[in-house]
Formats: sequence, structure tokens, C-alpha cells
Amino acid sequence: MKTQKIGAWIAILFGASYFIIPLIATFEFSLRMRRGEYTFDAYRSVFSDVQFRESFSYSIVMAILTIVFGILLVVPTAYWVRLRLPQMRPVVEFITLMPLVIPAIVIVFGYLRLYNSSSFIPFTGSARGTDLLLMFSFMTLSLPYMYRSVDTAMRTIDVATLTEAAQSLGASWPTIMFKCIFPNVMSGVLSGAFITFAIVIGEFTMPSLLNRPAFGPYLQLIGANRAYEPPALAIIAFAITWASMALLQLVSRFSKSAPSKP
Amino acid sequence: MSAKQAIDLKKTAIDWLGILPFLLFAVMFLIAPTLYLVTGAFLNPAGEFTFDNISGLFTDKILASYWISIKVSLASSLGGAFIGFFLAWAVVLGGLPSWIRSSLLTFSGVASNFAGVPLAFAFLATLGRTGLVTLLLRDWFGINLYATGFNLLSFIGLTITYMYFQIPLMVLIITPALDGLKKEWREAAEILGATNTQYWTKVALPILFPSILGTTLLLFANAFGAIATAYSLTGSTFNIVPIQLYAQIRGDVLHNPNLGYALALGMIVITGISNLIYIWLRMRAERWQK
Repeated sequence: MKTQKIGAWIAILFGASYFIIPLIATFEFSLRMRRGEYTFDAYRSVFSDVQFRESFSYSIVMAILTIVFGILLVVPTAYWVRLRLPQMRPVVEFITLMPLVIPAIVIVFGYLRLYNSSSFIPFTGSARGTDLLLMFSFMTLSLPYMYRSVDTAMRTIDVATLTEAAQSLGASWPTIMFKCIFPNVMSGVLSGAFITFAIVIGEFTMPSLLNRPAFGPYLQLIGANRAYEPPALAIIAFAITWASMALLQLVSRFSKSAPSKP
Repeated sequence: MSAKQAIDLKKTAIDWLGILPFLLFAVMFLIAPTLYLVTGAFLNPAGEFTFDNISGLFTDKILASYWISIKVSLASSLGGAFIGFFLAWAVVLGGLPSWIRSSLLTFSGVASNFAGVPLAFAFLATLGRTGLVTLLLRDWFGINLYATGFNLLSFIGLTITYMYFQIPLMVLIITPALDGLKKEWREAAEILGATNTQYWTKVALPILFPSILGTTLLLFANAFGAIATAYSLTGSTFNIVPIQLYAQIRGDVLHNPNLGYALALGMIVITGISNLIYIWLRMRAERWQK
């Protein structure tokens, strides 16, 4: 028993150092910009960069749009499948898992061939169209996470009874959707939203191949050309991921402590 | 009778109308793009059916890039699975304080999503030529890391970097499986006179085996499709398949668009097979978690 505990401590210490040392090293490196002393110059340089502000706000806007349209696509679908088409569940679930099976670079390769400026639907013909295509590609990337968290939340409520109750009180479909179903699956919607945010902010492959000025390609560009800004950006990116995950945990803990009333 | 049939038909139509947006989305942004590449892999530029693109994959340069991709994915998934398993074992069965468990799981949730370009920056700052660990090894221990043949921009460097998101993913998936090991099984084994080793080799590991193997395959597919970290770490010098495909999409470096489709098809086949086995193993593993 004693050796087991020692083994466990060794495993944890090894793991902790592997995880923490790169973070310390990255932070230390980001402070080295001025010779001989530690300063926050690299961060100042990052925040005063116009391109940083532009690409970062572009990615935030894209993330918000992706989340809004992702929710509008996923919640009604998950609801409808549970209510009316239970036989379609395996098919829909399989489709939502496809983005994990097919690498992102392959998916975007298909978009570029299928939706180029000389095709039926020339998404990439204009900048706005490409933005739209990029949003759809982000929705595809986040589909597995969004669908799973919404579907898990929907499992805990009785969709059929809620719908019948609302219908017998004379509610229309939009009322049922937005006043009955949405509030009840809010925890799932929010956790899906935070994961989507973390994914979209850092995504490199899709915006880079679609040539849109997002945060991921900006990071890569800075990495290729500067020395001290990249670690500062890595710390910022880590903080964003951490914040998204912390909010996610907060939401799931909150919903666990307050279960839906019977 | 016919009125009832008409109502039924209308009801079925409405039922299907409800998931029409989703099906349309799936066809437009998942199924059609994939099918386009898959069929393109079997066509020549004139649009005739051919196996030339598939056999074109079996040239030295492309085989070499598949091989290095498989090596990096295999090494990082095996390493990630091994270390991740021991970390999960330590917090579930090692008798450690419970705050360690919750901090490890929280951290794993963050680190498994901390990939892409920033991860490359972090490891350059750690193990790059002027990284903190490289400097400390030189100043404190007199070890010149880069004189020993180590290079972050290589197979071993990329493997170490990938493990930063592979280990947490393993921890997140395997911890519930370890939680599912029932105390009664251990007690039953001990009463029957089993040693600790016998318990692990004859009872626990056979039960966990589908979960461990399945998760390793998931990690493999995860590493195989990743590009951003490798691309910003090594530029386009390190020829893993996704980087080669990236160059092909950008500028047709293979001078044959249909060969590019075959390259993509090869990726789908490899990640597809590992994911399908993962899903199958997961269904087997869930029998024990009820």
C-alpha cells in the first residue's frame, strides 16, 4: 500500500512538472524582451499592434456568430430528433461525430474545391461570402461538442411532456422552442458555447486556407517573424482557453447543484 | 381512410421538415465536400475513372511523409496513453488528497484544448535553442542539449510537444473507466488469494483493455490530423502528411490536383479506421461501466 502511494506521488510530480515547466518557461521568455531585465514590453508591443487588435476582434466576432448560429441549428435539431424522429438518432449522432473523424484540413480542402468562385455556390467569390463559409466551417468544427452538450442536457428533461403542456396552453412552436426548451437546456448550450469559443479563437487551418485575417493565422505570422511576442501571445491564448474552461466548469457545477424541478 | 392517410403523410412530412436544416447543413458542409475529394481521388484530370492517383501515393516522397506522420502520431499516442493512464491511476487509486484529482481534471480540460500555434510557441520557449530548460541545463548541469543531437524541430521534439495535449485527453477519457473498477472485484480476487500483480494482469487490465486501446487510437487520429502546431514549429520543412496537403492546397506542389485528393483520401482512411475501431471498442468497454 505504501509503495503504491509513493508511486502515485511520483506519477503526479512527473506529470505536474511536464505540464507546468513549459508554462513557466513561456512566461519567463515573454519577459526577456529588454536585455538584462524582466519587463512586460512584449505584452505592450502585442497590445499596441493594430493587427493584433483587428485579428483578435475578427475572431471574437466570428466566434459569437458561430455560437449563435450553431445553437440555432443544434438545439431545434436535438429537440426534434428526441420528440418526433427517435429512429433518426443514430444517424444524426453519427453525422455530428464526423468532424472528429475527418481532419479539418481535409474538410476545408473540400470547401475550396466545391465552393470556389466558378461553382454553383461561389462562397469564396467575395470577402463576405468567404466569411460566411468560414463561419459554417467553424460550426462544423464545433458540431460534435455543441451537439453532445445540448443532447446531454436534453436527456435530463422530459421533452414530450413539456411540449404537450405548452401546446395545451396554446403556445406556438417558437414559444415552445424559446420559452420552454431553451431555458431548460441552458447549461448544455452554455458549455457548448464556451468550448466553441475556445476552438474558434485559436483555429489556424481553416481561416489560413480561406485567407481570412483571423487570430490563428496572425499568431503563425508573428511566430515566423518575431522573437518575444510569440510567448507573450501563447500566455494570452492560454489564459483565454483557461477562462473558457473555467466558465464551462462553473456552468456545469451550477446546473448540477440546481437540478430542474420535477 | 384516405383522409387519415393524408393526415399521416402530412405529419411525416412535418416530422422530416424539422431536421431538414440540419440535414442540409450536413450535406453541404460535411458530406458533399468529403465525397467530392473521395471521388476526385479516383478520377484523372479528364474526369475518367482511374487508380493512378492511388498508386501515385506509393512514391518515395509521399510514403515517407505518411510514414513520419504515422511515427509521430503513434509515438505521441502511446506515450500520451501510457503517462495519462498512470496519472489517472494515481488520482483514482493512489490514495492522494482529493484536491489533486480535481486540479488534474480541471487542468486536463484546459490543456487538451490548448493546441495549435500557441502550443508551438510554448515549447519553443521551453526547449528551443534559447528556451528556459535548454539554458538551465547548460548553466546548471553543463549539458548542451542541442549538442546531444536533440532538436525540437524533429520527430522527438514534435512527439514531446504533441504529448502536451495527448496526455490530458487520455486522463479525461480513462479516469471514468478507472472509476468503474468495482471494489468488489478486487476483494473477490484477494479472497481467492490473488496477489496485486495477478489482480492487475488477470482482472483489471483485461477489463480496461478496450478503453485503453480505444483511447490510444483516438489519440492517434487526433495527432494524425493536427497541423497547426507542427506547421508553426517547423515551418514547411517537416513533411508530415497534413503539412504536405497544406502545401498542395496552397500551390499544387504535386502538380496533379487529383493526386492531392488521393492524399486527402489517405488521411480520411487512416483517421476513419482508427476512429471506427475506437467507437467499437468503446461500446464493448461500456458493458463494464454500467
